[in-house]
Amino acid sequence: MIPVGALGLFGDAFDFVFSGQEAATGGVQVGGPEAVFDLAVKQVEVTLLALGVAILLALPVGLILGHRGSGEFVAVTAGNAGRAIPELALIALMATAVGVGLFNLVVALAILGIPPILTNTFVGIRQVDRSSVEAAKGMGMSDREIITKVELPLAIPTIMGGVRTASINIIATATIAPLAGVLTLGDLIISRNVYGDAGVLAGAVLVALLALSLELALSGVQWALTSKGLKLQRA
Amino acid sequence: MIDFVQIAAVDDSFFKDRSDGGCIQDNNLFCPSWVVDNYDRYVDPTLQHLVLVLVAVGVGFLIAFSLAILAHRRKWLASPFLAATGVLYTIPSISFFFLLLPITGRGTTTAIIALTAFTLQIIFRNVITGLRNVPNEVTEAARGVGLTPKQMLWRVEIPLAMPEIIAGLRIATVSTVALATLAVFANGGGLGGEIIVGSNLTFKTGIIVAGSIAVIMAIVFDALILLVGRLMTPWTRAAAL
Repeated sequence: MIPVGALGLFGDAFDFVFSGQEAATGGVQVGGPEAVFDLAVKQVEVTLLALGVAILLALPVGLILGHRGSGEFVAVTAGNAGRAIPELALIALMATAVGVGLFNLVVALAILGIPPILTNTFVGIRQVDRSSVEAAKGMGMSDREIITKVELPLAIPTIMGGVRTASINIIATATIAPLAGVLTLGDLIISRNVYGDAGVLAGAVLVALLALSLELALSGVQWALTSKGLKLQRA
Repeated sequence: MIDFVQIAAVDDSFFKDRSDGGCIQDNNLFCPSWVVDNYDRYVDPTLQHLVLVLVAVGVGFLIAFSLAILAHRRKWLASPFLAATGVLYTIPSISFFFLLLPITGRGTTTAIIALTAFTLQIIFRNVITGLRNVPNEVTEAARGVGLTPKQMLWRVEIPLAMPEIIAGLRIATVSTVALATLAVFANGGGLGGEIIVGSNLTFKTGIIVAGSIAVIMAIVFDALILLVGRLMTPWTRAAAL
């Protein structure tokens, strides 16, 4: 099935990352570990910034709405509507209508990250056993204490599910960030006329590895944040 | 092999506007008269987009549904299936397109494979959850009246899991409609081409039209699947009354 030369192309991609090559347009040298590393750092930076902004905005709102049990329509509709946003149109519109640059890109990516975090936080808090909340009230906990000490810890698995979905959307869209003037690893994929097929394939492999590493890291974070009691319950 | 940059080339006809040239020159966020004159350039991309979504979700559903049934029978398969589909879900589609480049080249097939791979996790997770949530008493009763495992699956478990299955299908379809705009990078057609054309210009209306068609398509699909789900589970409405 795999045509001859496919493996050769993967070899070229490897060379592209570790030693670089002349640009397809001629003249300048492209690729090489340093250039590729810079692009990867940019992609991680943009992704983490956007994810951070999305969490900062969506988590408190989700916690409060979930605690009060109000605003279900807003929280759930936001999640559904968020999925329907075409990433490419969002980035393209951002670039032409608002302007290119890191700040605008982070805003656009955060917009993609907010809906899943908001919805999952709301749903996670609502799913907390009401009797636990009543017990906390009976012990004289304030609303704030109930949210941070009872509801939040119990909702962590669901909330982290939302954060992971958000991170997958954000890192995937950060790949097309070069369209909005911020050079990430996606530049290797999009600017094929400069980097050639070896660069494109190198970009694709690295983006995939980066996305998988982030997912793995977040599942580690989830494990660390999950309370001992919940872990025992699962086992 | 055609570069998407070349597909995205704009000819003079892009700016044809017989009714109101000022609207294009002013270049506000949205120029209705341009849309009236140019709606025909969105017909083919919309149809291609429909095909991408229908095939990707259809094939994805068949695969994920079969895997879920298999994992329901043999419980130990659930974890490896979840992990494998999780990897496919996590790899960004645009990266997936080009990983397939040495194998399937560029084109609609490549785009569909990557989009299909994305849907598996969502559908698999929902089907398996739905099957697991069928109450034990119900399956015991079904066994009691003498249903074979096969009959039990198709007549009892799958119908009762239908709300979860439909929910998964809705999420997968809506996400795929949005994601299929990226198929243009694999030279797979769809509405993304018009968005790329738009991003090479300062004229914004094209991006808004193409993006809006995708959003509307997502909403229509969502409503249709919801409706089919309601029709397939008449008892849920009876219980609500």
